Amino acid sequence: MKAFKYLSPTTVEEAIAFHGQHSETAKYMGGGTDVIVKVKEGWMEPDFLISLKKIKEMSELHKNAATGELSIGTIGGNLINAVPSADGAIPLIALDGVALLHGPEGERSVAVKDLFVSPYKTILKPMEILKKITIPPQAPHTGSAYIKFGRRAAMELPLIGIGILLSLDEIQGICTKARICLGVAAPTPMRAFDAEKLLKGKKIGEALLIEAGKIAADESKVRDSVRGKAWHRKEMIRVHVKRMGIKCLELINAGH
Amino acid sequence: MTTNISFLLNGDTISHDIKEHWTLLYLLREELGLIGTKEGCGNGECGACTVIIDKLAVNSCLYLAIEADGKIIETIEGLASTEGNLHPLQQSFVDNGGIQCGFCTPGMIMSSKALLDEKPDADREEIKHALAGNICRCTGYIQIFESVEAAQEKVAANKGGKDE
Repeated sequence: MKAFKYLSPTTVEEAIAFHGQHSETAKYMGGGTDVIVKVKEGWMEPDFLISLKKIKEMSELHKNAATGELSIGTIGGNLINAVPSADGAIPLIALDGVALLHGPEGERSVAVKDLFVSPYKTILKPMEILKKITIPPQAPHTGSAYIKFGRRAAMELPLIGIGILLSLDEIQGICTKARICLGVAAPTPMRAFDAEKLLKGKKIGEALLIEAGKIAADESKVRDSVRGKAWHRKEMIRVHVKRMGIKCLELINAGH
Repeated sequence: MTTNISFLLNGDTISHDIKEHWTLLYLLREELGLIGTKEGCGNGECGACTVIIDKLAVNSCLYLAIEADGKIIETIEGLASTEGNLHPLQQSFVDNGGIQCGFCTPGMIMSSKALLDEKPDADREEIKHALAGNICRCTGYIQIFESVEAAQEKVAANKGGKDE
């Protein structure tokens, strides 16, 4: 592996300052499971590796009941790596997660869904750090479900990822909010807006979820890859949009 | 870019000069001569390099040696007693056919140990989950799960008896 100098700042400001000093030759590292592989393979050749592990405000995982705030550990690394599978992104998009980015010019907030530009590329500017992800509180009678569907659990990226969130009106059970998020279905994580529109304002049952699954499959931009064929991915979107939707309804009925 | 780190390795305090780009796996195998920990894929997929760092099973091929500073690390070499008696998990893998070629075994055993240290009564699903990051191309896994289950009682009985 290429030699580098290892830096471990304890604050975001210090990390940005380190990066500023060595701009072109420095890289940030979260847990390292992506970055170390890239350095080993020669896809990344940093002279300085800036570990974010010792930054306390980033490594703390805490949930604030009022704001539903969730600080990030290495889920940030999963997001920033921006692979089309983006396991971590799909549930966060379904939950309307907001990313707080911190760079030399200060902080800015961006919806997690808008972080991704193309495979392996995010909107982060050089030196910017994904510092925190905030999940807004959800309305009562909300259910959410996620499936990472693949052939096996280990050593595998998902064939397709589906995250759904449904909020129902308390009295009539009318859908007030629907999120249908798909991973590995397009170059970046995506929302199936047409399928969401179909559900909103209606009383949701199995027939409607089957229809939503079909629309979501049509909206997707799946393709053939070594892991699976496009037609199979579409089928799995159809099936799992329905299943996850039913799971949401079950969770709502169970009072979660 | 050399720096000195110290950590607890299988109960012994180690102080060693390292290069900042070395992985923990490199330090263990090439510098300290502990070749029980294997390098399989080198990319964090196969689990052959699993060691226990501060009670968690970790792929040492993706873990920088410099980050081991101040940590408590266990490798396969630390499991058998100084008299040469195998750890219950090791004995169980031998007795129950959990080993064929043996390459994945140190990683399998370290992942299993991390699980049983935390949850001695883990069920089959939990064992499968704990070993999901360890690949074996020989046994088909069933014997490995059975080996872990067969060791559970002994591991639980030993717990607290052995100082760690």
